[in-house]
Parts: sequence; C-alpha cells; structure tokens
Amino acid sequence: MGRLSPENRSRAEAIVALYPRPRSALIPLCHLAQAQDGWLTREAMEEIGELVGCTPAEVRGTATFYDMLHTEPVGRHVLTVCTNIACMLAGAYEVLDHAEASLGISVGQTTADGEFTLEEAECLAGCDRAPCVQVNHRFFGPLDPEGFDDLVEQLRAGRLADTVPPHGTLSRVERKVALPALAAKAAAAGSAPGGAKGQGGAKGQRRGPVPA
Amino acid sequence: MITDAPRIVTARVGREDSFSIETYLATGGYEGLRKALSMAPSDVAAEVNKASLLGRGGAGFPAGRKWSMLRQAPTRYLVVNGDESEPATFKDHMLIENDPHQIIEGTAIAAYATGAEQAFIYCRGEFALGLERLQQACNEAYAHGALGADILGTGYALDIVIHPGAGAYICGEETALLESLEGKRGFPRIKPPYFPAAVGLYGEPTVVNNVETVANLPWVITNGADAFTALGAGSSTGTRLFALSGRVVHPGWFEIEMSKTTFRDLIYDPSLGGGISGGRELRAFIPGGVSAPWFGPDQLDLGLDQDAVGKAGSMLGSGSVVVMDSDTCPVRAAWRIAQFFHRESCGQCTPCREGSGWIEKLMFRLEQGLGQEKDVDLVLDACDNISPGLSWPPKQTTICVLGPSIPSAIVSVAKMFPDELALHVKEGACPFPPDAVRRG
Repeated sequence: MGRLSPENRSRAEAIVALYPRPRSALIPLCHLAQAQDGWLTREAMEEIGELVGCTPAEVRGTATFYDMLHTEPVGRHVLTVCTNIACMLAGAYEVLDHAEASLGISVGQTTADGEFTLEEAECLAGCDRAPCVQVNHRFFGPLDPEGFDDLVEQLRAGRLADTVPPHGTLSRVERKVALPALAAKAAAAGSAPGGAKGQGGAKGQRRGPVPA
Repeated sequence: MITDAPRIVTARVGREDSFSIETYLATGGYEGLRKALSMAPSDVAAEVNKASLLGRGGAGFPAGRKWSMLRQAPTRYLVVNGDESEPATFKDHMLIENDPHQIIEGTAIAAYATGAEQAFIYCRGEFALGLERLQQACNEAYAHGALGADILGTGYALDIVIHPGAGAYICGEETALLESLEGKRGFPRIKPPYFPAAVGLYGEPTVVNNVETVANLPWVITNGADAFTALGAGSSTGTRLFALSGRVVHPGWFEIEMSKTTFRDLIYDPSLGGGISGGRELRAFIPGGVSAPWFGPDQLDLGLDQDAVGKAGSMLGSGSVVVMDSDTCPVRAAWRIAQFFHRESCGQCTPCREGSGWIEKLMFRLEQGLGQEKDVDLVLDACDNISPGLSWPPKQTTICVLGPSIPSAIVSVAKMFPDELALHVKEGACPFPPDAVRRG
C-alpha cells in the first residue's frame, strides 16, 4: 500500500508519456493511485510528484480541489447521492435522509465496517433517472428509499461486483495504443517525458515545432 | 411544431452495441473523416463556417468562427470539452456512452481543419462508463487506422488522448479546463487574453469545442453545410439535443430541429415530455441550465431558438430544461441552485466566493420561513454585488461567468414569485409540500 505496485508504476509511466508535459498526467495518476488503494495516500502523492515533476504539496493542493479525489480513507463502496435541482424535484432529499438513517452515518462518514461511505453530490448528469445515486461512479436510478436499501443489500452481498468495480474511475480503462509518431518526435526534440524532474523541469519540456 | 428532421447526433442511439466500431462502420462511420481528408483543411473549416454550427456547450459561439480565430503557430491543440456538469444537463453524457466513435471522428475532423497536432477529449471523471467507452473507441479507431500515424492511408497523423476530470463544475469553463488538463487546480484564467485560440493549452493556440458540437461534424461534412442550414432557422441551424427534467411525465433527452419546436411542444407533446407529472399545472421552467433566468407559462410558445430565447431575456445555454409544477417551491429551487454555485465556486474572486455563501444562507433562511421581509432586499443586494445592475446578459465582477450566473435564479424568484416569498415570511414556514419520491 502507498507506493504504486510495479504494474501500476509502468501504467503510470505510460500515462505520463501520453502528454506533451508530464504535469498533465497528475489527475489521471491520482485516479490510478485511488484504484490501487481506495484513496490517495501520502506515499502515493509523493510518488505522483516524482512522476510528473512537482512537489508532493502541489499534488495534494491539486487533488484537494477535486471532489472525486480522496485524501483520507473511504469505504469499499462510496455511495454518492445527487440532490441537485432535477434530483431534488424527484425526491432526492427523501432518499438522502433515508440513506443516513439506514446506514447510521451522516454525509461524509464511513460505516464502522468500512463498507460504505456516504456522499452528497452535485448534478451527476443522470437527470433522466432522477433521483440518481452513484456507487464508485457507476449509476443507479431512479431510486426510492426501498430501492436504495435493495442496492445496499446487493452491494453488501457482493452481487454487484461485476457492475461496480473497486475505486478509481479508470480502473477499467486501458489505453492499448502507443504513440509511436509523437513519442518519436518528442524524443527527437530531446524531451522524452516521464522523468522525475525538479519543479522547473516540466516547464522546460516544450516540444519543438512540429509541422501540422 | 415537431418536425421530421433527421437525427444527426443520435442516429445510432438505441441500436445494439451502438458504441462499438462494428456498429459505427456499418452505419457510415468514419466516412465524414474520409471525405474531410480528401479536402483542404481550409475547405473543411469553410464548410463548417457555412453550416453556422453554433457551439453546443452553453455559450453558443459559432464553431467555425472560433476556429478562424486561432493564432498562427507551429503547435496547435484541440481540446474537446466533455466535462458536462451544468445541473440538469445530461446530453453529452448520453452521447459519450452511446456513440463515442462519433465524437472521435468529429474530433479528428476538427483537428484536421484547425491544424491541431494533438487532441484531447476531457471527459468528466464521474462518467466512469463513458471513459471506458471512449478509450475503447479510441483503441478501436487506432486499430482501424482512423487515428494514429497515417489516418485512412492519407498520411495525416493525429493522436487523441482521453483525459479524465476529477469532479469540479468549474472545469467546464474553458480556461479552467485547460488549467486542469495541465495538471493543476481548475482556476479560470484571467482575461485577456480572452480566447484559448490565442493562448491556450501550454500557452499554445487551442480550440476548445463541446462534445455535441464535434459530434455534428461527421454529418455536416458528409451531407454538406446546405443540408445542415436547411434545418432550423436564422442562426440556429441544425438540430439540438435538449435535456428535459423535473416534474414532467417523460424526463429525458430529445434531438429536435432548432427554432421550429417550442417549449410547449418539448414539455407537453406526448412524443416528448408528455406533460406535467401528476396532471398538475406548470409553475415555471428553466430554459437552458441553472445559470439561465427562468420563464413562466406565458413563454411556452417561444421557439427553441438561441436568438429568440436571448431576446426574451434568458438563454438556451446548455439545452437543459427544468420543469417546476404547482407543487414546486420556487424559493427552495432557487436556494438549491444557489447552494450549488456556492459549493462549486473555485474561490478565486471575492464577489463569487463570499457572495454565493451569503445568498445561499439567506435563501435557506427564507425558504425555512425564518426570514424577514428585508432579507429579500438583502439577497438581491448580494446578487448586485456579483453582477451590478442585475441585467441580462449579466455584468461581471469576476474572472469567469460562474459568479454572474448566481443571480439568475434568485432574481427570477423575486420577480416572478414575490407573493410566494412573502408567504414564507408571513407564515414562518414553507407553504409548499416537501419534494417526495414519485411512486408508481
């Protein structure tokens, strides 16, 4: 836990290589680390900093801006209830109140067994199935309180393991194509990406002019 | 009027495996790109300009004009904005999950026309399935030769990177999106420079187009600009995806010919919204995302037309229509919208960061029946500090338009529902029923 596994380390290096500047890979690498550990550990943030050429503090400072990135441990299933306008009009607060009562936790908390973290979300763009809920960013809806209980029951029993993968929105996303042309150009310009550089390193990694 | 206009961007939606390359190729997929690559890039751009394709992200800026503003430079980038987060907007989400190849093909056409050497599709992080489908489509497109070093044997090279967001509404603002794509906090950039076309990703000239905008390109190139402008009216050409939600019988997305169809058709026609749920009356509707001023029943016969809605004092925006019925508390709806902006304010500018909090708290107090009459003036004053004059289009005291979007809902309630506001104060409680889950 913490540092990236050898397999994830090579995935991370491949992701960094996709971008003209390594720092652009910061968010994808945070998703990758979350897929591994469920949240962003201090060690992971340090390693991401090394990979993209910035300080661990910059990784943390960036990650805390984004709702999906967790800098503290969360449960195995993060239940995200949307209460924005379309879901609210469809009764989302009734679902959220019920969720708090039935799980015995408030929004932002995790059940004692580590199974569920409850979150309230802004619009998830699932308004045609309002009120909608995400579990590790997989959509369910429309849900009423009974439907919510049923969902929790199925998750607890492991019956949705195929539909709901572990954390990390990219856990099932795999880029199978390399970038021979562009990687070669970058190498020719003397800016092979992926190396751990100091803070100013990323800025100096501008690719030379390339004809369109 | 509901026309029999062709479905341009949703033609494949509903087919089995609509997201696979097999389905795509069997239904004319990548033919638009093939045709585009046989033309000069400037001719492709001219065709799109002629089609008067308005940006489908919210601002409605003509895509062709955006391209023509690109600064001359050796390196140019194309970024496709799939960070759809405007409340009640879910059209791009649907397109990404159901027809990712169309987006990839449109992106390749746009990149060719603008001379971009690399393209990025920034997909909202919460769209986990969408990210999978987009990446899968990208992999398939490389294997098919529609992306990569030698596209369709023409020698044209392009790489597309599917980039995930991580949950921040503000990243839909194009300069915030670029910051995010550079691996930073999604802070909108100070203007000028006004357009990424001059200074964009890594400081290079960059085009930022919405997902639905690029999804139109294969059709526009295949069928020509004239076929596109034959649909719609005036500057609102082609079709558009509308996302309908709230208290309607059939919430969902509908691809509709621009201008010809009215809000009444969209909300009430049995083939579209199907009317107000529970047989109740319409109280108000939001015509284009929660940043837009509200309309009442008297505006139902307005066409779904960018200019017409603009003239009537609101905007077609992101194409999301939210319906509120006679049971909906307008104060509660406006409070929830204010809370959204408060939570999503990036915090750079004081009027937005502080003002949104004040507005949210005041609206909550009023909705709960704990407010006083003077709170209405106070909340409008807070709005005025963010957008002086409370005019439409709004004046701006902030780096980006998130701040000036906050007053829309509040001013709408103050103007349209003064009696309902007063009733909350007088009764010391909300006179409307709670929003309950619809059963059966």
